[in-house]
Amino acid sequence: MDSRALQFRITRLAGYGAMILILLVIGAPLFWMVTGAFKTNQEIRALPTVWWPELLQWTSLADLRASYVNFTEAWAAAPFGRFYLNSTIITLAGMTLEVVNATLTAYALAFLRFPKKNLVFILVLAALMVPNQVTILPNYVFLGRTMVDLFGQNWINTYQGIILPGASVAYGTFLLRQAFMGLPREVLDAAKVDGCGHLRLLWDMVIPMARPVLITFGLISMVAKWNDYLWPLVVTTNDNDRPLTVGLTYLFNQEGNTDWGVVMAATCFVIAPLLLIYLWAQRFIIEGMTAGATKG
Amino acid sequence: MDDEITQRRGASGPVIRERGEIAGGSSLSVPGRRGVARSTPTRRSLWSRVVHSEVLLFTLFVAPNLLLFGIFTYWPMLYSGYLSLVSWDLLSATKPFVGLANYRYLLGDDIFRLVLRNTFVFTVGSVGGSLALGLGVALLLNQPLRGRDGARAVVFAPTLLSGAAISIIWVYIFDPRFGLMAKLLGFVNIASPTWLRDTTWSMVAIIIVYVWKNLGFATVIYLAGLQTIPRDLYEAAKVDGAGPFSRFRNVTLPMLSPISFFLLVTSILTTFQAFDIISVMTQGGPVDATNTLIYYVYEQGFVAFNAGRAAAASWVLFIIMLAVTLIQLRYSERKVHYG
Repeated sequence: MDSRALQFRITRLAGYGAMILILLVIGAPLFWMVTGAFKTNQEIRALPTVWWPELLQWTSLADLRASYVNFTEAWAAAPFGRFYLNSTIITLAGMTLEVVNATLTAYALAFLRFPKKNLVFILVLAALMVPNQVTILPNYVFLGRTMVDLFGQNWINTYQGIILPGASVAYGTFLLRQAFMGLPREVLDAAKVDGCGHLRLLWDMVIPMARPVLITFGLISMVAKWNDYLWPLVVTTNDNDRPLTVGLTYLFNQEGNTDWGVVMAATCFVIAPLLLIYLWAQRFIIEGMTAGATKG
Repeated sequence: MDDEITQRRGASGPVIRERGEIAGGSSLSVPGRRGVARSTPTRRSLWSRVVHSEVLLFTLFVAPNLLLFGIFTYWPMLYSGYLSLVSWDLLSATKPFVGLANYRYLLGDDIFRLVLRNTFVFTVGSVGGSLALGLGVALLLNQPLRGRDGARAVVFAPTLLSGAAISIIWVYIFDPRFGLMAKLLGFVNIASPTWLRDTTWSMVAIIIVYVWKNLGFATVIYLAGLQTIPRDLYEAAKVDGAGPFSRFRNVTLPMLSPISFFLLVTSILTTFQAFDIISVMTQGGPVDATNTLIYYVYEQGFVAFNAGRAAAASWVLFIIMLAVTLIQLRYSERKVHYG
C-alpha cells in the first residue's frame, strides 16, 4: 500500500517535471526575445551571459524612459506607424470579406435550392487543393501587367492588391456550412412559418445561432491575415505600403546581426498584438481548431 | 446523403411560407408539413416563382466567392500551366513557346534535384518531429495534472505567431556567439555549430524551428482525440493484464490512427508551403542547403525572373500535393467502409 502511494507520487512528480520542461522549451524563445529587446549592445555581447538586462531591474525601472530605448529606436528605424496601419487595414478588411463570403456561400449551400448545387460545393472545395505558390506568379503578373492593359493602372502597392486575391474562402465555407446544417430545424422552420424571408432568416436566426463558429472562424482568419507574408512580400515594393511582417524582415535584413536589441524590440511590435488577442480568445481558437479537425 | 436532406428541406421551405394554411393546424412537426407540401398541387405557380427567386438569391450569395476564386485561383492556375511552357523574364513583350523544355531542364538540373531532396528531408523531419512530440505532449497533458489547460494554451501559442517574426527570434537564438542555443550548449561544454552558416546544421535548425512552431497543433488535435477514446477499452485491457505500454500500443495508437493520418496529410501539405521560415532564416542557403520547392519557386520567379521555370517547378509541387491529397481521399473512403 505504502509503496504504491510512493510510486503514485513519483509518477505525478515526473509528470509535473515534464510539463515544466515543455513550458520552458516553448517559452524560452519568447523570453529571449523580450529580454533581448531590453538589452544594450554590450549586454548582448557580454560574457558571462546577461540573463536579465539591467534595464529590467528594479533600480532602473524607476527611470521608465531609459528602459524602452530599443523600442523607440526601432520605431524610428522604419515606418512602423504605417506598418501598423497597413496591417490593421489588411487584417480587418481581409477578415471581414472572408467572413461575409463564407457566410453567404455557406447559407446558400445549406438552405437555398439550386440545380447542381453539389457542383458548386465541389468547385469551392477544389480551391483548397490549389496551393499558393502555383497562383502567386500569375497573380503578380495579373495585378502588375494585365490590370494596366485593362484599366490603365496596376495594383502593386495597393490595399486591394494585397487583400482581394485572399478574400475567397474554401475552408471557412466548409466549416460554416457544416455548422449551419447542424442548427435546429424546428426553430428555423418556425421562423419561416412566421413569414420570415431568407435575408431575415440569415440575419436574425442563423447568424446569432451560429455565433460561436462565426467568431472562431473570424479569429482564425484574422490570425492568418495578420501573419500573411509571401503574398504581401511579392506585391509591395514601397516601404510605406508594407504590412508589419514584411516591414520587420526588411528592418532585420538591414540591422540584424549588428543590433539585436533593436531588432528584438521590433519583433515585439509584430508579436504583441497577437499574443494579447490569444490571451483573450484562447479557448475559442483552440476549440475551433479541434472541431474543424476531428470532425473531418 | 447530404444533398437529399437539403433538397427535402428546400422543398418544404416555400410551402411553410403559406401562413394561413399552417397557422390553422396545431402540428408544426416536420413530417406533417411535408404531407401538406405534397397535398397542395394548386400552389404550383407560386411554388415555381419562389424557387426561381431562390435560384437568383443563391447566385447572388455565391457569386462574390466564386468570382474571386475564378480570378485569383482557377484562372492563375491555368495561366501558370501555360507559363510553364514558355520562356519569359516577366518583362519582355514576347513569350516564346518552348514546349516541355522547362520541365526537362528541372529534371536534369542538379540544383533542382537537391531542392527535391531538401524538401523531402525537411518534410520528413518536420512532420515526423511535430507528430511524435505532439503525441508525447498530448499524452502528458491528458494526465490529471494541475494547470494542464494552461500548458495546452502555451504549447499551442507558437502556431498562431507570425512565422516571419518567429524566424527572426530564432536567428538570434542560433547566433553562434550571442545566441541562446550557444549559451545552453556552453553549459554542457559543447562548442556551438555555426548553425545557419553550415550546410548540414542549417537544415537541422529550420526543422527545429518548424517543430517548435507547429507541434502545438498536433498536441491539441491529439488531445481532443485522446478524450474520445472510451474509458472501458482501457478497463478491459487492464483486466486482461495489459501494462501501460501495452495499453498504449494496443488501445491508444490504433484508436488514434484516423487522427494521426489526418495530421500526417495536413502537416505534409502545410510543410510543403512553409515559406516564411526559410525565406527569413536562410534564404535557401548556404549554397542551397535549405532550398525547398516553395522557396525555389519564389527564387526562380521573383529573384531570377525566370517565369517559365518557376511555373514548371510550381506544377511539380502541385502534382506532388495532389498525389498526397488523393491518397488521403482513397484512405478516407476505405475508412468509411471498414470503420
